[in-house]
Formats: sequence, structure tokens, C-alpha cells
Amino acid sequence: MIDNDVLERVLSAALRTGADFAEIFASDWRGTGVGLDDGRIEQLSTGRNRGAGIRVISGETTGFAHTADLTETGLLAAARVAADAARQGGGGTRVVALTARPSRTVSPIDIDPSTVAKTAKVELLRRVDDAARSTGGAITQVSAGYSDGRTLIVVANSDGLVARDERIRTLLRVSAVANGDTGMQTGFDSVGHTMGFELFDKVQVEDVARTAATRALTKLKARPAPSGSLPVVIKAGSGGVLFHEACGHGLEADLVAKGASVYRGKVGELVASPLVTLVDDGTMTHEWGAIAIDDEGHPSQYNVLIENGVLTDYMWDYLRARKEGRPQSGNGRRQSYKDLPMVRMTNTYVLNGSESPDDIIRDTESGVYVAHLGGGSVNTATGDFVFGMTEAYLIENGEITEPLREGNLIGNGPQVLRDIDRLGNDFAMGNPGTCGKDGQGVPVGDGQPTLRVKALTIGGTAS
Amino acid sequence: MTDRSGELLAIADRVVALAQSGELVEAYVSRSLSTDVRVYEGEVEHFVSAQSEGIGIRVIRDGRTGTSYAGTLDPAVIADVLAEARDNLGYGEVDEWSGLAEPDGVAVTPQVLWSERLESVPTARKIELAKELERLARAADSRVRVDDSNYSDAFGEAAVATTTGIRVSGRENGCYLSVGTLADDGDETQTGFGFSVGRDVDELDIEKAAREAADRATRLLGATKPASRRVTVVLDPFVTAQFLGIIGGTLNGDSVVKGRSLFANRLGDQVASPLVTLVDDPTNPLAYTATDIDGEGLAARRNVLIDRGTLGMFVQSSYSARRMGVATTGNGTRGGYAGSPGAGCLALQVVPGTRSQAAIVAGIDDGILIQQVQGLHSGVNPVSGDFSTGAAGITIANGTLGAPVREFTIASTLQKMLLDIAEVGGDLEWLPMRATGVSLVIHDVTMSGA
Repeated sequence: MIDNDVLERVLSAALRTGADFAEIFASDWRGTGVGLDDGRIEQLSTGRNRGAGIRVISGETTGFAHTADLTETGLLAAARVAADAARQGGGGTRVVALTARPSRTVSPIDIDPSTVAKTAKVELLRRVDDAARSTGGAITQVSAGYSDGRTLIVVANSDGLVARDERIRTLLRVSAVANGDTGMQTGFDSVGHTMGFELFDKVQVEDVARTAATRALTKLKARPAPSGSLPVVIKAGSGGVLFHEACGHGLEADLVAKGASVYRGKVGELVASPLVTLVDDGTMTHEWGAIAIDDEGHPSQYNVLIENGVLTDYMWDYLRARKEGRPQSGNGRRQSYKDLPMVRMTNTYVLNGSESPDDIIRDTESGVYVAHLGGGSVNTATGDFVFGMTEAYLIENGEITEPLREGNLIGNGPQVLRDIDRLGNDFAMGNPGTCGKDGQGVPVGDGQPTLRVKALTIGGTAS
Repeated sequence: MTDRSGELLAIADRVVALAQSGELVEAYVSRSLSTDVRVYEGEVEHFVSAQSEGIGIRVIRDGRTGTSYAGTLDPAVIADVLAEARDNLGYGEVDEWSGLAEPDGVAVTPQVLWSERLESVPTARKIELAKELERLARAADSRVRVDDSNYSDAFGEAAVATTTGIRVSGRENGCYLSVGTLADDGDETQTGFGFSVGRDVDELDIEKAAREAADRATRLLGATKPASRRVTVVLDPFVTAQFLGIIGGTLNGDSVVKGRSLFANRLGDQVASPLVTLVDDPTNPLAYTATDIDGEGLAARRNVLIDRGTLGMFVQSSYSARRMGVATTGNGTRGGYAGSPGAGCLALQVVPGTRSQAAIVAGIDDGILIQQVQGLHSGVNPVSGDFSTGAAGITIANGTLGAPVREFTIASTLQKMLLDIAEVGGDLEWLPMRATGVSLVIHDVTMSGA
């Protein structure tokens, strides 16, 4: 995308005001989106965004500017703005010599979606609409989206790093509305992977459609969720967001460094039930949060965050690792070339336990079984977090019984991690997610085996 | 930034001029410039200077729509974008209501949305504002730390031209301060935040943003988990604004025609307490998201959605209006050049009452002042109306604010909550979002805690 000699000259220019560090992150994205709603393909849309963000660090200050102009002139102009923004006085000339990192592939691609006929993408959604509507007569509306994107990335910095990568992601989302005596209910499902159009050889879109439709239909019969504290069993592959919120964000080194995490100063301490081993793994082939390199050019890694309940490490980006004089962990990510990188998760999951999921349910006298979760959020400073249940049932006398309407669950991260008292042997990854932080969204994955939390507060309306 | 809206319109005109016989073409061209300064412990943590421009093109032929966009105004790329949109329409299905907005004779409301002075604010002043905000928040209370203190400004210009005769441009700028605070007491930490918005830096109330951020964090210190029960809540203005955003999302024509609005078939019904008049008013320049034109190039206008509790109308894009057989309301919204227009609210507001929050609280025997909510996106279903959200706040007992509470949820349904509104405060608060804050009293909300 940009030649190394141009990158070198732009980095040298960015250092002209005496900065410690300069970096160019350039990306060229092209994607296709197809939307179906109300029984028809509404439109097919194609887009292109390319540009470069230039980051210049002087002492504690980061200057950042971006441009859609990838010519040397455009890059030099952005470099000047970023350098001025970070100016600390001084100045001088530093020559940057780049050494290419060997490229690596974490998620090999069979079929680049940009080579697939648009009609094939449209056809997927027609199949989705048919399958969802035929799931039940009460399905009154279906919307679905297909999207693919291919991003070329180059990162170069004044430490001499230059790394290039190609990322391809493919996603299908289905949302259904069911109408009954009790009003309208919705059901959602999605499938997304860091892979090409071969995704649809591995996944039948009808299954995704039926899952979404069935969720909506089930909730027509649902009763209001309980209000108050109960044991909660979370189905494998549906509750990774619990860990993402309960502790994932709190283990991001930028929040820890500012004293805005309940997990600050806790490395080496028991912070969770000894059943819990939590990993953040950017190398997990084809998962939604998989990356070969992070957005600072560092190779993605398998990072153990909590081992048998003991906090082993935080997640790191360039800036925070540099301050601490320690290695990065491959967690420096950004939404686009228009954004500064931050510490972000990739695929965050809990390793398998040993129990049969059926035993966990059978041993729960009274509680809630959560089969699908929506999003969540956390206040990392207090550890209080919420997540939404979009498919849930009562557990009565060790059996899953009536469906429940939607609601949020709330808990305190450190407390909930300690309260995990059962862990299944049926690990599964969950739906593709978009994690938001400071206004930026990045693709993430999560997963876990079936597990039980002794007590969580369920925010329903029934007493 | 020099006024380039004429230039943007010229680009849109050139695209529209390339329309072929039988085609409807719309070109939306935008450009924005923004600054974001973040200060931490007296130093600039980052200074971001962001510039963005792009074009989105819609082509409609025989009822089929195709769209394409690019984040550049490079003429060669624009030609590609038009060709792509034309190609893409072949894959859309025929929609008898498809089309573009048409001039409807409504004049743009004159309002001043561009401050020349904001353009000339020196960088050093922006940095100093963020530093001053941090200093004031920390000075407000010895237990307070500052997580991030920010100055942000944004300058946006957009132009729309269509083969149906729309040909307009508009521009807005504005700035705001925001601060996130942490208050410590032993092992415990609580958080707070403060804002101030304006069209010019002189309109920013830095003392208020700092004081509120410090108060919000410190008054939650010692918070405990409350018992589950039904309770009267007072929503702080910032919380109300977040709820209004969700309610506004249920009152648009797109949701109605596609069978997703819980208020479909309720026009003329009493859907809210008679105390509630809900307006969408992008013609009030005090609203941060005030605008001259909507995303389809029609004049933005004041629309009364709920009038003293009665549902009066839905907001419409040209598509939803055509399909419902009503007049458009100038509420085409689009997510920048990459998005296609839908129907949405632009600047929501509940018409305020008269009393201050303090006076309202003084009249409540037993309740909770909800200071922050968490997880609205995961806990509210705008189709079924079920809502449940994490919250933190202050107990109200016999008219006095008392002990802080946290780690609980409040739940109801949107339908019931609107009817249960018992008072609207007089304390309008302008926020950097699409809805305006005001204190709201709501009866009979389920609180889930211990």
C-alpha cells in the first residue's frame, strides 16, 4: 500500500519536533453489505475507506492526525500536524530504517468475498427470510444483514518496525419479530468469522435464521423475569460476555494504570474461583477477534490472564508496556485509521472445567438458566457490570422450565468471579461481538463452558 | 475551516448531473473536522486532530435501490462510487415506495449554528480549558481523582443534491467539555462525570462540569446494594436523556411500517402521562444536535410527537412518509456518508415543568434519585418495550437525599413508564447527544437488588 522508503521519510518528518516515537497506521478497507427487511432485499451497498493515522509521542503526550490522502505529500502533512500536537520543544533529525517483520497468517482464507458474485450474497438473505418465516406463523417480520470486508494494513514505527497484514471478515445477522397476544417479541442470532465466503459452506444460514425466529417465538410465551438475587446457570458459548465485562475490561493496562480498575495491584492474588482460567487469545484461528498482528504491528498472542483463580497478568499495548518497561501483549487495537490505539481484548474465554452441564442444572434447586446473552457494560472502577439476557428460562427443582422475558443481570465483577461454583466440560465460543470503549468499536470473540454463579441479581419485574 | 459547503454542493451537483434517463440519483457529500484534547494529571495525554470527508450515492431505477460510498472526494473515486451504486441496484428488489425526498416547500428555520469564533480558538486555549477542568474537579474535594478531562469540538458541513430538485447545504459547529472522576475512600472507588456544551468556548460552564463530576463521584461513596422493591424514582437529567433516545426510537415511521413499533396504531391514544409533551426540535440552537437540514436535505423542523400525553405523530423520512401516506416531517437521518437515510429523531426534548430537582426531591417521602444507568443497550428492547437497566443513585427519605445505593437494576416497560411519569422538572440540561436532559419523576418502578 505504501512503500517502505516513503514510510521512512514520513516517520523521520514526524520526529522532527523532537518526539520519542512516531507511528504510521494505514489501512485500505473495501466491503459489501446487503440488507433484507420486510420481505425484500432493500439494497446492496459497497464502500471503501482508506487512509492513515499518524501518532507522535513526546514524553507523556500523544499527538495524532489522520488523512485520507495516502500520497507522500498527504502523509507528510498529517505527520506535521501530529508532530506539532505532540511538540515538546527540542527538535533534530532522526533517520528511521525499517526492518520488515516476517508476515504470518492466523486465519487462512479460502474464498475472498470480493471475488464472490453479488447474487450469491443476495441469495443467502433470501434463504434466511424463507427459513425464519417458516419457523412459525407468528413470525411477522424478519430483517437480516450480510456483510464482508477486506482490510489491508501497514504499520510502521520509528523503532524500525514495519508489518503488513490482510484481514477478511464475513458476518451474517438475523433479527425476527414475533407477534402474539402479549405483544411483540424479538429474537436475534448471528454468525461471524475471520474467514471468507467459505463460512457458508460450514454454516447453514437456515440454522441461524431458525435460531433467531425460535427465540422470538419462545418469548411470546415468556413471563416476566424475577426481580432479585438467584443462582444463574449460563449455557456454554452464550456467556463469555460475562467475563468480558466482569473482569476483561478491568484487566486492560490503560485502565489499571489510571487506578480505574478494581483489579489494580492484584497480580498474584486470588481474584476468582479456582475453577476459572481466563485467556485472551488473538491467535484463535478464524474467530471474530482473531488478528495476526495487532494495530501497532505486534504479533497477536495467547495470554493467560487468570490461572486457577489467580490473576497472572493484564493486557498491554505499546504505550502502557513502554511505561512499565515490559513486553507488549498484542492487545493494541483501534477501530480504524482515524482512531488512536488502546488496550483491547481479542477473543476472551474461560477454559473447560470437568462437569457435565446436565449435572450443573440438575443440582440447581431454583434459579435462572441463561441460553443467550445480549451485550453488557461495566464500570471498571467499581467492578459493577450488567449484561442482558435475550433467551432465558426458570430452573425449578433442577429442571429448565418456563421461558422468561428480557432483562439485565447486574453483579460486581470480583464478587461474581468468586461465586462461580460449577464449571462444565462443554466449551463453546459465542456470537461475534463488537466491543465498545471510548467511542471505538472493535471485533471481539468470547466463549466459556456451561457454568453456574451462586448468586446474581436479576433485573426483572416479577417479585 | 473556510466555508466549503458551496464546494461540497458543487460536487453533489456534478454527480446528479450524470443521472441517466429513468434514474433517480442522490448525492450526499460531507466533511468534518474535529479536535479532541485529553488531559491527565496536568499533562496533555493526547491531542487528536481529525479530518474526514466522503460521499454516499443512491441510485434508484424501476423501484430498485443501490448505494455506494467512499471516504474521499477524489473525483476518480466518485466516478467509481456512482458506477458501483448503479451496479448494486440490480441486486435490490423492487419496492413500490422507493424514492428520494422532494422539495416540500418548508423553509429552513433561521438559526445560528456556526460560530466563526470557535474556528479561531487557539490550540493552547483548548488545552488550557481541559487542564482547568481537571484542576477544578480535583480541587472540589480531596477524595477526587480525575480519570480523563477532555475538550472536544466538531465542525461539520454537508450538502445534498438529488434529481428530484433537492439542492441544499448546511453547516454546524460546537464544542464541549467532559470530565470523568474517581472518588476514593479506603479500598472503595466510585465514579462520576460532568459535561458542558456550547457553540463557542465562552458558553462552556467549566465550574459546573467540574463540580457536578466531583459531587457525583463523592456522593456515591459508601453505597450499598438496596433491597428489592417497587419504588418511585427521580431520573437525573442525563439519565432522562438516555431514556428519551430509546423512546424516540420507537416513534419513527420506519418502525411503524415494518411492524416494529410498539406504538403503531396508537395515534390519538393517551400513551403517556398528561404532564408529558415530547418534541423533536432541531430548530433550537441550544440543542447540541440542532441542524438546518435533515439527512435527505429537507428543512429540519419542530415536531410535537406526544402532546400532553397523547400520541400525535411519528417522525418520518421521505420513504416512511410515502409508505404511510403522510407528509414527511424532515426527519431523515443518516450515519454520515456511509449510511442510507432512515427516519429518526434529531433533537428530542420533554417540555420542561417548573420545579428544580431539589424542590422535587423535597416532596418525595420514599424514593431513589437515579444518578447513572448502565447497560441500556442490552437491557431495553424497543420492540417489546421491556426495559431493565443497571443503576446507581441516592436514596430519598422524607424529602431529603440520604444514603447512596448501587449494584441494582430498575425495570418496567416503556409503555408503563411513560404513563407513570409524575412530574417533569424545570431543569433542562443541554448535552452532547440527540436528546436534552431534564429531571423526571416516575412511580412504581421495580428495583432489583439484594
